[in-house]
Amino acid sequence: MRLPCPICGARDVREFYYQGAAVMLDRPAPDAGVEAWDHYLHLRENPAGDLEEFWSHDAGCGAWLKVVRNTVTHEVKSAELTAEVAR
Amino acid sequence: MAELIAKTPFDGMAPVTHGSVTLREVDLGVLTSIAPLKGQGKAAAAAFKEAHGIAWPAPNRATGKEGGRAIWFGRETVLLAGPHVDARLAEHAALTDQSDGWSAVELSGADVEDVLARLIPVDLSAATFKRGHTARSQVQHMNGSITRTGADTFLILVFRSMAGTLRHDLERAMASVATRR
Repeated sequence: MRLPCPICGARDVREFYYQGAAVMLDRPAPDAGVEAWDHYLHLRENPAGDLEEFWSHDAGCGAWLKVVRNTVTHEVKSAELTAEVAR
Repeated sequence: MAELIAKTPFDGMAPVTHGSVTLREVDLGVLTSIAPLKGQGKAAAAAFKEAHGIAWPAPNRATGKEGGRAIWFGRETVLLAGPHVDARLAEHAALTDQSDGWSAVELSGADVEDVLARLIPVDLSAATFKRGHTARSQVQHMNGSITRTGADTFLILVFRSMAGTLRHDLERAMASVATRR
């Protein structure tokens, strides 16, 4: 599998570290309640299909990427810099 | 005060040759990472050019020449190798001395691309990776920096503590390519 890093170009997956589903940007408010926080910390969807996830280009430029990957076919549909998504 | 003698990462290793490829240690001089502060990218690049006379490298590129090289070193980071960094750059960027943190070798020779193809998961062929191109990638299992400095010459950096492993991995690949010629 190769991931298209927006900075470095298409690179082998061995250069990347996998963080998981891309939920970190949707952090609940501090007073959102136990249920929202429990969901944020522990509960993940397990879709058979497109999943937004975070990968770190550890062995390359060091950037965090938000990648859309199909969990069934492993097709990588897009990759963008998390720093630019967050803005 | 004790008299301390600085040792290079390879401790004066003599050049090693297998087949057409030669590995030698390089003393790059002072290494400084320059990371522009948020929103100061353009100002830092301009100040760098004015202070050092070397163009600020775009991602995946290196500028300058032996003795004064600027190597793109990661997202919004450039490594200045050679001269002491101009302190005025601190206005626009975070400056960190990395001199003792990295070991550097130069690998050269006709079969150099074949040797590196065994270790690095990036296309380093002359058609796509020209002089002045650089990449952050892996050398075997080590994170490193690879720069083409000549037609058949590459500059390779890994963490200083990995110097022995780098030499081992490169020599094995060199010998392996040489044997098959």
